[in-house]
Amino acid sequence: MSTAAESRATEPRPVLRVESLFATIAGQQVVEDVSFTVPATGITALLGRNGVGKTSTIKAIIGLIDRAGTVELDGVRIEKEATFKIIRSGVGYVPEDREVFSKLTVAENLRLAERDAAPRRQLVEELFPDLLARSAQMAGTLSGGQQQMVSLARALLNTNKILLVDEPTKGLAPKIVGEVAETLAEAAKTVPILLVEQNLHVVRQLAEGAVVLSGGRVVHTGPALEFLDDAGLIQRHLGVSTDAAHSGNPAEKGAAL
Amino acid sequence: MSTLVLLLFTGLGLGALYFLVAAGLSLIYGLMGVLNFAHGAFLTLGAFTGWEIARRTGSDNWGTFLLSLVIGAAAGAAFAAFTEFVLIRRLYQRHIEQVLVTVGLSLAAVALFDGIWGTDPVYIQGPAWFKDTTEILGARIPNDRFVCIVAAVLVLLALVFFLQKTRYGMIIRAGVENRSMVTALGIDVRKAFTLVFTIGGAAAGLGGVLASHYFGYVSPMLGGSLLIFAFIVTVIGGLGSLTGAAIAAVAVAVLQQFANFYLGGTGDFVVVLALALVLLFRPTGLLGRTA
Repeated sequence: MSTAAESRATEPRPVLRVESLFATIAGQQVVEDVSFTVPATGITALLGRNGVGKTSTIKAIIGLIDRAGTVELDGVRIEKEATFKIIRSGVGYVPEDREVFSKLTVAENLRLAERDAAPRRQLVEELFPDLLARSAQMAGTLSGGQQQMVSLARALLNTNKILLVDEPTKGLAPKIVGEVAETLAEAAKTVPILLVEQNLHVVRQLAEGAVVLSGGRVVHTGPALEFLDDAGLIQRHLGVSTDAAHSGNPAEKGAAL
Repeated sequence: MSTLVLLLFTGLGLGALYFLVAAGLSLIYGLMGVLNFAHGAFLTLGAFTGWEIARRTGSDNWGTFLLSLVIGAAAGAAFAAFTEFVLIRRLYQRHIEQVLVTVGLSLAAVALFDGIWGTDPVYIQGPAWFKDTTEILGARIPNDRFVCIVAAVLVLLALVFFLQKTRYGMIIRAGVENRSMVTALGIDVRKAFTLVFTIGGAAAGLGGVLASHYFGYVSPMLGGSLLIFAFIVTVIGGLGSLTGAAIAAVAVAVLQQFANFYLGGTGDFVVVLALALVLLFRPTGLLGRTA
């Protein structure tokens, strides 16, 4: 029988390790002693009720808000680096609410995100042919779904060690939600993803692992399906019924989601 | 009719000076959120540097004038880059400290200029053509007005080209809209900060040389007196909007000239009134975001 230490030694190194992460916004603690790892393959979901600190955790990892603790990317400490250096070291960030530059064209939004010597324009054109047709259009005039495509495309243009994707389906029509999920599944074949997502149907479809936050702390980690199939855990940590978790219909998920 | 034309061109010339100061102010605030009260000092240094060039090399020729424009702009740019790199860079997100530092710098700069060049105005002469007038619709327009207008239009076109056609221009436009997202794309936005300060300082320095010819003198208070109206132009035009600054600069200066002539010297009052009305009814300014 192998020991726990031996078992850890044989496990592949996680692409992201977060240890005792604390973060504040305007002096208020929004992330408190959060620790978890993201494996080097597949999609890991970061779950929790509204306001528990999921978005803040993502922002703290890349230094967009004040933070303390340890953050390791592929074995390298990055918690003291400036945001732009963390991104350049191989992090793709898809923010909540898209945050496209509304007064720049689609083409300019994409050009701005190119940081590799040979950005993967062909991949982006294949994944988002609609954006090619709209390259001269101001990003602010795009629909929510199209803006999400721009936001995803910006992250996929470069070769990354990890993608941090924050609520990519928020506010989108069901058809577009499906397209976004397909894109993420495709992207996850080549790069690990830490995904903040409220739509549990999408989580069920995509995620292999789950990290659950409550009150700014990690309260559960493990396989995503194991969590989603446990009615008690879902009710306790997300405040929704398993029916809602299976349906993915926000209307069934109540105010908590 | 001739009075109207004269007032219009005088206003356009003054508007050109306002624009050269306000362009930098607007971009600096739009990108960095810094209210730069030291911006007038960049202009004054440019004006004194241009005057020194004219004094030492003979003021009555075009070559000296063009050289003074280049050196004045360079002096303004260097002062601005120094200010950003040494003083402002450590104070991003600390707005009160920024105000204190830039106000302090503007006061220190005036004291320094007093010490070097004295408190009295020093008079300047440009090429002889500047003293001549050109008749338009019966109005005899001083030629130096045309120089200011042409220079401001060229600066506007150059800035628009830079912002629209270069990568750094794109970064600045994006940064004005959402600075943290620019950083989150892996871009070192601090380089853009220094660049915007430098460009703003160059425009102000150039404006200083032109202002010295427009008014006929340079004094340590020159920058401060233009800065007040440049701030008004920046707010009316819309913070962060270059086009807005250009439109507002012309509108404010022309309004000021007409009010001074037709309403008994109330130009400054009318401009402040216009500012109050814009803040009340259109707080985003003509083309910008919330003031």
